[in-house]
Amino acid sequence: MKFLASLYRSPQTRTGLILLTFVVLVALAAPLLAPFSPVNVDPSGRLLPPLSRVLASSTQGAPAHAETALHVLGTDSVGRDVLSRLIYGSRLSLTVGFLAVLISAVFGSLVGCLSGYWGGWVEALSAWLIDVQLSFPFLLLAIFLLGALGGGTLAVVLVLALGTWVNYARIVRAQVLSIKHQGYVEAAHATGAGTLRILFVHILPNTLSPICVVGSFSMALAILTEAGLSFLGVGLDPSTPSWGTMLNDGRDYLLTAWWIATMPGIAIGVTVLGVTLFGEGLRELLDPRGLR
Amino acid sequence: MSASILEVEGLSISFGGATRRQLVTDVSFKVERGEALGIVGESGSGKTLTMLSLLRLLPRGADARVVRACFDGRDLFSLTPAALQDVRGREIAVVFQDPLTALNPVLTIGRQITEVLRRHFRSSAADARRRAVELLANVGIPDPPLRLRQYPHEFSGGMRQRVTIAMALAGEPRLLIADEPTTALDVTVQADIVTLIQRLQREQGLTVIWVTHDLALLARIADRVLVMYAGRVVEDAPAAKLFAAPKHPYARALLGSIRQDAPRRNRATSIPLTAADAGALGCPFAPRCAEARDQCRSVSPVLKVYGGDTRAACWALDDDGARGAGS
Repeated sequence: MKFLASLYRSPQTRTGLILLTFVVLVALAAPLLAPFSPVNVDPSGRLLPPLSRVLASSTQGAPAHAETALHVLGTDSVGRDVLSRLIYGSRLSLTVGFLAVLISAVFGSLVGCLSGYWGGWVEALSAWLIDVQLSFPFLLLAIFLLGALGGGTLAVVLVLALGTWVNYARIVRAQVLSIKHQGYVEAAHATGAGTLRILFVHILPNTLSPICVVGSFSMALAILTEAGLSFLGVGLDPSTPSWGTMLNDGRDYLLTAWWIATMPGIAIGVTVLGVTLFGEGLRELLDPRGLR
Repeated sequence: MSASILEVEGLSISFGGATRRQLVTDVSFKVERGEALGIVGESGSGKTLTMLSLLRLLPRGADARVVRACFDGRDLFSLTPAALQDVRGREIAVVFQDPLTALNPVLTIGRQITEVLRRHFRSSAADARRRAVELLANVGIPDPPLRLRQYPHEFSGGMRQRVTIAMALAGEPRLLIADEPTTALDVTVQADIVTLIQRLQREQGLTVIWVTHDLALLARIADRVLVMYAGRVVEDAPAAKLFAAPKHPYARALLGSIRQDAPRRNRATSIPLTAADAGALGCPFAPRCAEARDQCRSVSPVLKVYGGDTRAACWALDDDGARGAGS
C-alpha cells in the first residue's frame, strides 16, 4: 500500500500508472467492453466511418432488442468493428510485451550476473554470445526466424526476448562488476554468506533499478516491434486482433479510411507512454535512497 | 588443551603478479580466550590484511601462507569452503571500519540481520525477527521494531556502526574482530561504540581483536598489544608492560607521540617518514630509527622473548630486554 501510495505521488508516475491501469483493465474486461465480436466479418458494412449506425440484425454481437448498433470507431476493410478489435488487441499487445520482457529480463540478468561475478570462462562465453547477438540486425533476424518458425504468439514472444536479453546482460554485468567490490559484499562474505546468497540477496537487488529502466523501455519497444512485425506480415496471424495487424490492414486505406490505422496507432502510443512513465517511477522507487 | 582461542604462526601475505610484493612477513601471535588483543600499527602495516587472511577474505591476487593458524583446535587454512562459511559470522565475526559501506543500501536493516540468523541458525522468519529486535535493543538502538523496517540511509553513522555490531553478533561468535570500528565516526560517538563493544565482551564472554592505529584507545581497553610495522610484528606485550616500558623503538616513538608525561627526549611528536619497504634487507624500521646501527641495516632482527610474556624484534635489546649499552 505504501508502495502504491508513493508511486501515486509523482505526477509523471501517476499519469503512467493511470494509463497503464486503464489499458490493463480494458484488456481484462475485453469481452464485456467490446460491442461487437472482433473477428466477425460484415460484407455489407465495410469501411464505415466512425459513429456509423448499422442494423442490429447484421451483427451477431449486438443485443437482440436493439434496433441499430453503433460502430463508434467505424469498421475496417472487411467490416469488422475497429473499437472491438482495438479492445481485444490490447490483450495481445500486453501479453506479448510483458512475456517478452519477463523472459529476456530473467535470462539476460542471470547471464549478466553470473558473468560479472565469476568472470573467467563464464564471462568469455557470455561476451561472445552478446557479440554474436549484436552483430545481427535485429529486424532481419526476427523476420528470418519468424519466417522459419511460422509466426504465432509464442514465436513472436521468443524472438522479441532473443532480441532484447543482451541489454539486460550488459547492464547487469556492469553493475555487478562494481557492486561485488563494495564493502557490504565483503561484509556479507564475512558473515558466512555463500555465493548464491551473495548473488541473489546482496547483489541482484542493487541492480533492480537499472533493470526496471531497461524493462520499461523494452516493453514499449516490444509492443512497437510486435506491431511492426505484424505490420510486415511475419508476426501474428492476420485474423488475430492485434494492433500490429490492424495497422497492416489499414495501410492501404490511409487516405480513404484513416481510422483503421490511426486508432491502433493511438492505442500503441498511449500504452507505450504509460509503460515508460511507470517504469521511470518504479526505478526511482526501487532506490530506497530516493524514498521519502 | 590450551586456553588460546586463536594461534597464528608464521603468517606471510604477498600480492601477485611478476612484481611480487611481500606485505606481511612471518606474523605469529596468540589470543587467549576472553581477552582483548589490540593490534596497532600505521596504515599499510598489514593489520587488516592479517585479520582478513584468517577468514580467507583477502582480495584476489593476494596469497597467504601460514605455518599454523589454529582457531579453537581447527586449522583455518585447511577448511573446506563450506566449513569456512560456517566459521565466518558464526565463530569469528568482523566489524568493519566504515559502517557507511558495510551495509547494503537497498536492503532494510531487519533483512540484513535476519539474513545472518537464517544462514547460521536456519531460524524461521518470525524467530529471526524476534531475535533481530533483541539484537538491536542490545546494541542500544531505540525502538527496534520500527528501525528494523528502515534502510541504512535512515541511520546516523554511529547508529549504523551499532547495526553492523548487531549483525556481527547475530551469529553469536566467540571471536570478534573489530577492524578500526571507530575510525570513520565522530569523536563523541567513538567512545560510545568502544564502551558498547567492551560491555558486549564482558556480558557474552567474547574474545575481541581490536585493530586500530589509536594507541591511546588500546591503553584503555586492551589486555595485550601487538605492534606491527611494515608487515611484521615488532613487539608483543601485555598492555600494562607495553605502556610502562615499551621495548621496540617504534613502540616507544608511537607511545611518545601520545604521552605527555614522557621524558622530553622521548617525546617524539612525529616519526620521520620514509617509504617503508617490507621486502628490503635489514630491520624495516631502521631508516626511521634514531638508534639504527650497521647491523640493523643489513640483518633483520628476529622476535625474541623477554621476561616470559613479551616479545620484541630489535637488535638494540640485550638478553634481559634492557636497552643495549650501545644506545
